[in-house]
Amino acid sequence: MLEPFSYDYMLTALWVSTLIGAVCGLLSGFITLKGWSLMGDALSHAVVPGVALAYLAGLPFALGAFTSGLLAAAAMSFVKLKTPVREDAVIGVVFTAFFALGILLISLFPAQLDLKSIIFGNILAIAPGDVVQLVAISAVCVVVLALQWRDLLLFSFDPNQARTLGLPVRRLHLTLLLLLSATTVAALQAVGAILVVAMLITPGATAYLLTDRFGRMLLLGSAIGAVTAFAGAYASYFLDGATGGCIVVLQTLGFFLAFLFGPKHGLLAAGRARRRRCLIPPALAP
Amino acid sequence: MKPATEPPLTLVARGVTVTYPNGHAALADASFALAGGTICALVGVNGSGKSTLFKALMGFVTPSAGAVTISDAPVREALRRGWVAYVPQAEEVDWTFPVNVHDVVMMGRYGYMNFLRLPRAVDREAVADALHRVGLWELRDRQIGELSGGQKKRVFVARALAQQGRIILLDEPFTGVDVKTEEAIVTLLRELRAEGRLILVSTHNLGSVPEFCDQVVLINRTVLACGPTSEVFTAENLQRAFGGALRHFDLSRSTVEAHDGRQVTVLTDDERPLVLGQGGHLEYRDRSAHEKLVADREAGKELGRGKSSE
Repeated sequence: MLEPFSYDYMLTALWVSTLIGAVCGLLSGFITLKGWSLMGDALSHAVVPGVALAYLAGLPFALGAFTSGLLAAAAMSFVKLKTPVREDAVIGVVFTAFFALGILLISLFPAQLDLKSIIFGNILAIAPGDVVQLVAISAVCVVVLALQWRDLLLFSFDPNQARTLGLPVRRLHLTLLLLLSATTVAALQAVGAILVVAMLITPGATAYLLTDRFGRMLLLGSAIGAVTAFAGAYASYFLDGATGGCIVVLQTLGFFLAFLFGPKHGLLAAGRARRRRCLIPPALAP
Repeated sequence: MKPATEPPLTLVARGVTVTYPNGHAALADASFALAGGTICALVGVNGSGKSTLFKALMGFVTPSAGAVTISDAPVREALRRGWVAYVPQAEEVDWTFPVNVHDVVMMGRYGYMNFLRLPRAVDREAVADALHRVGLWELRDRQIGELSGGQKKRVFVARALAQQGRIILLDEPFTGVDVKTEEAIVTLLRELRAEGRLILVSTHNLGSVPEFCDQVVLINRTVLACGPTSEVFTAENLQRAFGGALRHFDLSRSTVEAHDGRQVTVLTDDERPLVLGQGGHLEYRDRSAHEKLVADREAGKELGRGKSSE
């Protein structure tokens, strides 16, 4: 059982996955409540051409991914502002365009770029330089969230109130967008462009079913993200399967359990509450 | 609680014009003046500029001409001091959000907290006071979606109180609220008025306006009229504000006859009806709250009886 811990590459994969899982889980609370799930999906696809170009030019992959993601976000808000096309359609058009460009680049330079590792991630073969980038990104995200989570909470819940109180709403919006892009870039290595979005949504959605307090939801999401990422990476050693796939399958399993057995929002709890209501004779019901 | 040096509360709009980037002129040359200790209704059809005026008061839009001043200071300054508190419409709120009653009311205190928004004793006290006042202290740990319609409304009024807002903006506070709740909210608003606050209520529910608003600002792309309810709330002004959008029931043209006397009952399913008496004066729901008015009118009728055509 301890066999995976005897390999350096496995150890690295385990702790890096756990870190990324925790950070993505922390942010996922905001993404699910703000209704930015589609945005997260879009950004995770839109970073692909940036990653490809960065590898081709020998630049840090995070730089390329980040730039590409922000360009996509800017393109989306520009098109949304200038046309009456609906937001989801705009997001769809822009992110598929970026993703297609990325695929095209990868297919044009098959010698330098590995389609599989960008799309599906390859945490087992992560380069030491990339580990440094991931740790830096994670550290920045955690610090920003620790300092600003209450402001971001008010911004997510009631932006009008945030504005009347003089909070810098535009800056908070940008902060959240940058955090989303940054974590997307970080998770790219672990689970790949396609599954990044699961890391950024599923833990938050699971935590949402388990608590009614925002602070707890953030911590719970982070814990779920960390545990599933660690367990997923560990399991992938024995299954000899894709790490990203293992992590996300575990996260989905967690969501399913919360969906069934959640103390208040779970299916069973809701059923119990409904039956309890039915047991009260109509004459006694308030 | 407030320092004595604070200037008396006034809200003045001078020639406010708001044009949106798409060229739509939502409000043109709107002017009015209000002072603290008032409940004022902001009445107009949808799209008349009610929400634009609110946005100007909250600093969300900057007028292209004219200005709003609060106690002679620009809106931005009033916002910085936390003077303007906003109670949103129920539909604007995400009731499934994982926050409880206490969390929401604490959000009114953000402006007084430091960068990390860590509540201090004074913030906790303000929140506790506000919750006691609106009668939600026992429910402070409830997730907001588990409240009844009236309680939901009161949470946000409590937030405005915790914020120590001097101008409280309420957006359609009575939509989807039963009559009992409406009365509870009105009672609370009267208390706030007595403390010298300025309550500005945006509503299209005409019938409730004479019952609890002492001033009215009537708008339709500009301010058509403003002043005491009994002067502004005339059939003529309302026609101007609403155009053809009002449904009437004109008793003199209806099948109601003289023998029905004062035995006519007016019912409505959701909103209170606005009833105007002979000559267009406002009628109120409960005689006992307006005994002086009734006595005056009785006296006036006695005097004028000789001249009437009957």
